[in-house]
Amino acid sequence: MIRVAPGTVDPSNMPRRGSDGLFLLALSIIGGLYVLLIVGMLAADIAFLRPSPSTGHALNAGQALAAMAGKAVAPLRRPEIRFALRLSLLSCSITAILSVFFAVPLGYILSRFRFPLRGLLDAVLDIPIVLPPLVIGLSLLILLQTPPGRFIERHITITYAAPAVILAQFTVACAFAVRTMRATFDQQNPRTEQVAMTLGCSRFQAFWLVTLPEASRGMLTAGTLAWARALGEFGPILVFAGTTRFRTEVLPTSIFLEFSVGNLDAAVAISMLMVAAAVGVLIVIRFVGGQGLAAGAVRR
Amino acid sequence: MIRVNGLSLRAGAFRLDDLSFEVPAGGHAVLMGRTGSGKTTILEAICGLHRLAAGTIQLMGRDVTRLKPAQRGIGYVPQDRALFGTMSVRENLAFALRIRRWPRRLIEARVRELADLLCLGELLDRTPAGLSGGESQRVALGRALAARPGVLLLDEPLSALDDQSRSQMHDLLKEVRRHTNVVTLHVTHHIEDARQLADQVLLLENGAVKCIAVDESLPSK
Repeated sequence: MIRVAPGTVDPSNMPRRGSDGLFLLALSIIGGLYVLLIVGMLAADIAFLRPSPSTGHALNAGQALAAMAGKAVAPLRRPEIRFALRLSLLSCSITAILSVFFAVPLGYILSRFRFPLRGLLDAVLDIPIVLPPLVIGLSLLILLQTPPGRFIERHITITYAAPAVILAQFTVACAFAVRTMRATFDQQNPRTEQVAMTLGCSRFQAFWLVTLPEASRGMLTAGTLAWARALGEFGPILVFAGTTRFRTEVLPTSIFLEFSVGNLDAAVAISMLMVAAAVGVLIVIRFVGGQGLAAGAVRR
Repeated sequence: MIRVNGLSLRAGAFRLDDLSFEVPAGGHAVLMGRTGSGKTTILEAICGLHRLAAGTIQLMGRDVTRLKPAQRGIGYVPQDRALFGTMSVRENLAFALRIRRWPRRLIEARVRELADLLCLGELLDRTPAGLSGGESQRVALGRALAARPGVLLLDEPLSALDDQSRSQMHDLLKEVRRHTNVVTLHVTHHIEDARQLADQVLLLENGAVKCIAVDESLPSK
């Protein structure tokens, strides 16, 4: 036993000096590598669009930016790409609205009610998120070959037409909207709804007048998320809607078609347009929905 | 009056059996008991927000056991107030009247009356987010009283207030009682609330309700 004079510290009794610096360094390096991958990817895209120095005279930053923007929108001069852009914007917007319409009741049911098979319902709603995209497209194709599917197809052409694009986008995007709406309703105080009922509201009135207005930011987040998800959807569209120009071509299809014929310039240019849209979506979700919702949508 | 007869409640592992008590017309009863003894659950049952396992509830001489919360003629102030965050104070106060489709003129007059009674005149156009504890408590009280309910159910209405706001609320609740003669069931764990306001103390202990006189030795909190 070591004896130490009172009032002094026995250095051998202290824990070994920790290497906090090394730990923090390791955290930064591991985290930094992934961030570098993301940023590097985007930077490479931008560099690809940069005007080549062989044009002779040096450009200032503004001119370079203008030239890059010009290159990014250059494919839009082609009518088939303009068609794809229009179909993308239209189908995504319809998908977003439909997704919110279906996600609000589903999210509300999951958040507020306890009933048998609730766990099963919850799991079923996760299927579109975990299923491989091509499988979703193929399954939709097969669904429409069943007798009820054929009956519908007799009245409205879905497969290999624009409605197939929307249905394929909706199948996946709605599952994300459901998660967001559920997180939204989970975060709400159910008391306000109950108080509304004691004040004379039916369940529907309480939902319509109190709960839904309080969920408006969540609805906007859910719609934005569904929109973004739909914009990037390609796998199910490829199988279920096809890649026909002026018929079912959306922006991801354009990238695929341009890339497959070796037109890398156009493929990257269209990609940059979609990057810009994604950044816009991120901004909306961060500033409107709040971090809690964005995280809740992903983690639940 | 409030008459609870043979009330049994289940909430998960929690249960209350065969509770009976009565608060006479115009009375102010204070319901006391330890945390987790089921005071809030009893209020919820009277509101119609909690299913009964057995028993009946009568309010103002009417059996409301099977009625929806909307039809019970109650004003409920929950512990967390639960003000409607997307509405102004004015809209919160007018809510029960809007549901009842009162004419706009009468709603305005009633809101004005409540604002005067509860000193909310300055706050009518604010949203609940910026209100102090005492202010939001007064708004929640006003919202509950707007449609002139026969029964007022208060769940720890003064719990989050400092001493000064607390004694102001005591005065206010006495004032409300003078004006409305509403029968009140008031959950609290503060003896001072009982001394100031109650003419009847209901003590919830070991799953039974004991009615004791206000001046009898009240349990310490």
